[in-house]
Order: sequence, then C-alpha cells, then structure tokens
Amino acid sequence: MNASQESQIKGLFPFPIDLPSLTDEIPLGIVVLDTDRRIVLINRAVEALSGFSMGDASGLPCFNIVRSRLCVQKCPLKEMGANSEPVCIESDLINRERERIPVLINLSPIKDTEGRLAGFLETVEDLRPLREADATMSQAYGFGGLIGKSQAMAKIFQTLPLLAQSDSAVLITGETGTGKDVVAEAIHQASNRVKGSFVKVNCGALPETLLESELFGHRKGAFTGAVENKPGRFRLAHNGTLYLTEIGDLPLALQVKLLTFLDDKVVYSLGSTKGFQANVRVIAATHRNLKLMVKDGMFREDLMFRLNVVRFHLPPLRDRGDDIRLILDHFLNIFKSRFRKDIKGLSKKALRILLDYSFPGNVRELRNIVEYAVNICPKGQIQPGHLPAYLTEPESHYSLPEITGEETSGWTASSAQSGKDHGEQKTWASLERDIIIQALVKARGRRSKAAAILGWGRSTLWRKMKHYGINA
Amino acid sequence: MEQRVLIPLYNDQVAPRFDLATEVHIFSMAGDGRRIEEKTVVLPRASAEQLCHLILTEKIQTVICGGIEDEYYKYLKWKNVSVLDDVIGFYDTVVDRFCSGTLEAGNILFDQRD
Repeated sequence: MNASQESQIKGLFPFPIDLPSLTDEIPLGIVVLDTDRRIVLINRAVEALSGFSMGDASGLPCFNIVRSRLCVQKCPLKEMGANSEPVCIESDLINRERERIPVLINLSPIKDTEGRLAGFLETVEDLRPLREADATMSQAYGFGGLIGKSQAMAKIFQTLPLLAQSDSAVLITGETGTGKDVVAEAIHQASNRVKGSFVKVNCGALPETLLESELFGHRKGAFTGAVENKPGRFRLAHNGTLYLTEIGDLPLALQVKLLTFLDDKVVYSLGSTKGFQANVRVIAATHRNLKLMVKDGMFREDLMFRLNVVRFHLPPLRDRGDDIRLILDHFLNIFKSRFRKDIKGLSKKALRILLDYSFPGNVRELRNIVEYAVNICPKGQIQPGHLPAYLTEPESHYSLPEITGEETSGWTASSAQSGKDHGEQKTWASLERDIIIQALVKARGRRSKAAAILGWGRSTLWRKMKHYGINA
Repeated sequence: MEQRVLIPLYNDQVAPRFDLATEVHIFSMAGDGRRIEEKTVVLPRASAEQLCHLILTEKIQTVICGGIEDEYYKYLKWKNVSVLDDVIGFYDTVVDRFCSGTLEAGNILFDQRD
C-alpha cells in the first residue's frame, strides 16, 4: 500500500478520496495523531501556522511541531482514552517565523469501528484575528495603546495618524506615566516605517561614554575593549524609528552629535571616518521642561528647536476629566480577566476616593492601583480597604520611609497642584539628593551599602551621585 | 578554540520551546570536537528572560533550541550568541552532529519512521 492509499477515505463516495485533499481545504488547523501522539497528518492551515511541511512533520512527536504551551506543560492527550470527552483549551505556540501565536486547541479521541482508540484529532485555531478585533472594540476611544475621550486626548487622536505619515522629528512631552512611550510606538505603528524596527534608547540609563557607542556604534579597535564592530542604534533603526526617551538627560556632547545627525542624516561610528546614510525617523520624549533646561544651559537650544518640529504634550491624568473613569474600567477589565477574578466594579466609596485623587504618577499609577486592588479583592466589589493604603490614609501620601521634614511636605503640596511642572521637578531633585545623602551617611560612605539601602544598583547610585554633584 | 554550548531540554530531547524549558544542558566543546565540562542546570521556573540571563552569565557562545520567540532570538544575536533554532532531535544525536560541525538551524534529527 503506498502513501496516498494510506490516507484515503472509503465509503463516503462511490470512489475513495484522499484525506489530505479534504482537510487542506478546511481553513482550521487540523492535526491527526496516532496513539503515541505522533503526527499522521497535518493540513495546509497547520503548515501555514507552524511553518513545518507535512514532509517535515510526519511521524514526529506532536510537541515538536505544534509547540504549544499545552504540549510542554500538561498534554491532555496523555490521559485521553477512547471514551474521553473532547478538551478545548486556549494556549499559544511558537512557529518557525519565531512568532508567538495565541491559539485555541481542541483535542478529541478517534475511535475505530470497534470503538477502540485509534488516534487523536487536534484542531488548532489561530486567535490573532479575534484578539485584534477585541483590541479594536475595547479601544473605541483610542489610538494605538492610548485610550481617552477628553478633549485634549481627542485632539491628539486626530493629529497622530496624520503626523505619523510624515518623517518629521517628534517631541513628546508630559509628566511621568502619561504614556509617552505608548504614543511613540503608536506613531511608528501608524507610519510607513512599520515594517522597519522601532528602536528605543533611554538616554538617562547609560553613562556618556557607553551611550555614544550605543547610539552611534563603534569600529573594532576604536577604543580599549572595542573588540569588534558594533552597528549602534541609529544603524539598527535604519528604515525604522529611533525613540530617544529621557532626551533631557542626553549629555551636551552627544546633543551636538544628535543635532548633526538630524541635519545630515549621516551616522559616524566611533573610530570611523566613513559615514552611514541612515534613514531613521527620530522621536524624542522627556518629562523635563526643555525650555528651562535651555535657560539653565543644560540643553542646546538649537537641538530643542530641531526636535520640536512636531510636539505632542500629553496632559496629566488629573486634567483629563472623565478619562479617569474610562481608563479605570479599561484596566479593571484587563486585570480581572488576567487574574480570573469575579470582580463587579468598584463600590461608590472606593470610586470616590479614586476620582478625588490627583494621580501624580498618572496613568501608570492608576494602572498599578487597579492591579493592586484586583489582586487584593477576593470577589464582588472593590472596597476602599482593597485600595493601596496611601490612598485611604491621607497622612501617608508620598511620605517615603525615613524622610521627613519640609522637603517632603513641600513636594506633597506641589504635587497636589497642577501646572507647576518645574517646581515639582526641582523639589523632587532635591528630595532625591537628600535621600542619597541620608543613605550614604547611614552606610558611612560605603557606596555599595548605600545602593543596597536605596534598592538601586551601584551604577545607578554612581550616576545619580554624579548628576547631583555628591562626593562621598 | 573551546566553545560553550547550551541546550534547553525536554526529557531527553531538545526542548520544543525555549521559553518553557526548565532544564538545560551546558557543555564545552574543545577545538578537536571533544565534549568537556558537561553539566545540567535545573531552573526554578520556565522563563525566557532568566534563561537569557543564564546564557550571558555562563558565557555561552552557542544555543541549540527548538522554537524561540524573535525577541529573544534577536537579543541573543545582539549579545553575540549564536542561536541554532528549530532543531528537533534527541540530545545525544544533536550534540554529536554539533561536535562534528554539521548541525544547522532547522535540522530534524529524528527517525520519523520509528
């Protein structure tokens, strides 16, 4: 008996028909397995989904081809007998394109004419179209990952898709937690550069010397330790978008180099005289007030104007009116389904506490509060007791452990008021400086111990000490 | 030159998923293809991030695995770790092929008729 005869169906029609020709036309992934859970047949939909051909897959254990979470963690087929009920489970798989795909897997036994177990039938449904539809529906008042229906946000949603199509540099400003990263990614996703890379660099996260090599790359032998060529983020973002977050923390020397790039679009790696013509769109973001930084000589005015071609200012959550309720419900839905909790919204008191709160950490803080509350609340309505203590005990608002005095209360007072961006930053900077000094005093000048007290890495402490001019 | 290799395992086969492996085998291959310094590491839980961290701390030069998400594949490549993914087969067969210099990404080293 040859291979085609092995997979024929007889009795349905006057002549036998090939099983693959039947299954290949079904748009749902079908896998037929023997009793040892080895692959007998996969249809065209599974070939497309997994990237494996029937020739590759034939005879292999199922987990090597389907590669779902279910296969590896708890394969239901191990327990399945001839009379078992079908099982339907949501899972994910990783295909040969290295994509992780959400799937719905249905498993059922195949019985022979005598009722004995002959094998298993597995169907694999690609859930990506469904997920995309869900995401669109749940973000009816949104764009990309942003949601909101306040006037300020509606204006942003209107202009974002238009500006995404251009190649102009974009500057995104707004307080911490307002969604600057989300906007940057949404611009990239809506632009013609979506097929290219979206490369993010945090300008405040690396020391100056490393940042230069990270951004512009280096040639082998350019400096001690440069053992091979490194392309740099600008080159990696070629034909895509480079997102420079915390641009306000970019050292002055690199600001000049960035300005040169924005003018010439040519990247010069460290140690190289030959430039690379990079087709990169630059999006920059900062929570700092660049105008004040320019005044203080901390930021180049020409760079600010060069970046300021298109500017988005994201309003703080407290100025977004009804958006608080909308975002609250959005996160509540996300977390209750993620944690599989039967939660029926918030009680009136809990809702009032949240609506009266000023959210200095903006959307990120609201998200964290909802995540906390959903975790704590066993079921039913979220009560004030399920909210983080600092919301229900006003005295403890923002008071950090071991820090008391005028600076703390000053910051608390200013954070409750809106529109005093610079004042807040200045006070926070001095507060942070004090925290570092306190930790250093406590650690008797030992930096590693001080870093441990602060819960930071040594390099973070070193960077911040340098930033604040602290010598220990 | 000696080469450090890591293979995520699922029983005695290459794990089908990099992110779900809870056991990895690490060995060094001498310049002449001999295996030296072999060890098995059991991970506290399956996590692609932790596995990437282990790969970097163990100074691994080559990872042989099954399915891996693009994010981690690119990350490892960026960290100069060579990744031979989509490899299917029993651990010993895969290692022998690697040591003989004939293993490639996408190889299916499985007797499909058995």
